[in-house]
Amino acid sequence: MSTAKVEKARFADDAIRELGWWKAHRFLLLRRASQLGLLALFAIGPLWGLWLLKGNLSSSLLLDTIPMADPLVTLQLLTSGHVPEASLLIGAAIIGLFYALMGGRVFCSWVCPVNMVTDLAAYLRRRFALPRTPELPRQLRYFMLALVLLLPVLTGVAAWEWLNPVPVLYRAVLFGAGAGLGLLVAIFLADLLIVERMWCSHLCPSGALFALLGKLSPVKMTAVNAKDCNNCMDCFVVCPERQVLKPALKGQSPIITDSDCTQCGRCIDVCAKRVFQYKNRFTFQDNPLQKSPRIAKKAENEQ
Amino acid sequence: MARQESKTQGINRRQFLATTARLSCAVALAGGGIAAVASSQQLGPQAIRPPGALAEQDFLSACVRCGLCVEACPYDTLKLARWFEEAPTGTPWFEARKVPCEMCDDIPCIKACPSGALEQELTDIDQAKMGIAVLIDEKNCLNFKGLRCDVCYRVCPLIDNAITLERSRNERSGHHAMFIPVVNPDTCTGCGKCEHACVLDEAAIKVLPPHIAMGKTADHDTYIDTENTTLDMLNKGFEL
Repeated sequence: MSTAKVEKARFADDAIRELGWWKAHRFLLLRRASQLGLLALFAIGPLWGLWLLKGNLSSSLLLDTIPMADPLVTLQLLTSGHVPEASLLIGAAIIGLFYALMGGRVFCSWVCPVNMVTDLAAYLRRRFALPRTPELPRQLRYFMLALVLLLPVLTGVAAWEWLNPVPVLYRAVLFGAGAGLGLLVAIFLADLLIVERMWCSHLCPSGALFALLGKLSPVKMTAVNAKDCNNCMDCFVVCPERQVLKPALKGQSPIITDSDCTQCGRCIDVCAKRVFQYKNRFTFQDNPLQKSPRIAKKAENEQ
Repeated sequence: MARQESKTQGINRRQFLATTARLSCAVALAGGGIAAVASSQQLGPQAIRPPGALAEQDFLSACVRCGLCVEACPYDTLKLARWFEEAPTGTPWFEARKVPCEMCDDIPCIKACPSGALEQELTDIDQAKMGIAVLIDEKNCLNFKGLRCDVCYRVCPLIDNAITLERSRNERSGHHAMFIPVVNPDTCTGCGKCEHACVLDEAAIKVLPPHIAMGKTADHDTYIDTENTTLDMLNKGFEL
């Protein structure tokens, strides 16, 4: 990978030349607009009295009628033994269903504000070619999820909410609780200096829960044109969960079935060969595009 | 990114068990730390929960820390606790000395709560028990000095009910009266308007949580219900 870097002046140059600057940054910019736009929709309430959305990502009310709630927080309440009001349960069901359809980790890449922090750390890592340090096991996040759901059973309080960085960031912006931003600095530094993508790809229990929710989602990233792949590795460089790419590029099915994929679309952006596309996996399966991509010279045993 | 080629598909049982054990230990350690810090956070003695709040431990298992009650409060009384403030992080509270509860008739904070951390059953704000006001400093209270300050009495939303002025002889001058503010803990809602309005630099009357403000008789004590326990019964040795 480092040799590929020497050959090219800058990352994703091919894509920018081939597709134009806008198309090579399309999903990145749309994601930033989505993340910041949602935060702004919450913030214009307390700032200017425009109450489209009340509350924060833990629980909110859209236009004073539709309840929405974070499934992880709701599960913590339930494991602590508290039976919440119906509106919270309905809200959690609405959000859970939404992400089950959209692909759970759409939350991570399109909604979660912490993503901007960790993406910045990943960008700086790439810019300054920081060495890749030994990775933590990625299944650690599922242990974290189990822990978060177990702590209320043992302590009787929703203990994770003391530390959960997603509401911490939202509260910092909406309710002026700025001290919590120190936690985001810690996440940023851990991502930058300790383990690449340490928080989002290895530790975050919210991401783990959403990954489980999105297992059966119809919307999937696919390497439809895997035959055009020229092994430039740009998608591997930029992908926050690069282990999901290889089976799609070199395996039996071009669909990225691994729900670790955050569906951020950055692989679409940076690929000059237009290998990747968002697809509905059910219509896609009917369509016998290509069963055996050519690039796979040898059978890869991944999954 | 050259990985060692694995002879087997994926990982074997030994690797799986080792990794699982290792991760479990690491996560259990982290969990112990989180649980310790999270449950060491206590509500300060002058931090008041919104009306209808469950008992503190139940409140902490119920509150999702969404801030809907804070946004519903028309007087900016409620705020969400920041790290290491008087209340556990992200939970709603207020300081009476800064902004007291205005006791809205429709109690919008309770209506806004999605989790049941604030009890929906509380519909009459006069029945709220956010805390109990205690005239804690009789030395500096101006009324105890024989003056007619009365500010706490006059701002009380339940005037002559939650706070009354009790007249007594001013022994210091010998020919004046003292008007002593007395809190009735059965009707005081703990809104904190008295503490907020106290003219002293540090309030002589303070709102405390009921568990600090109130004593508790032992179950075996016979004078709990004096209405029905006559002197006769007490003298006889209390046989029912």
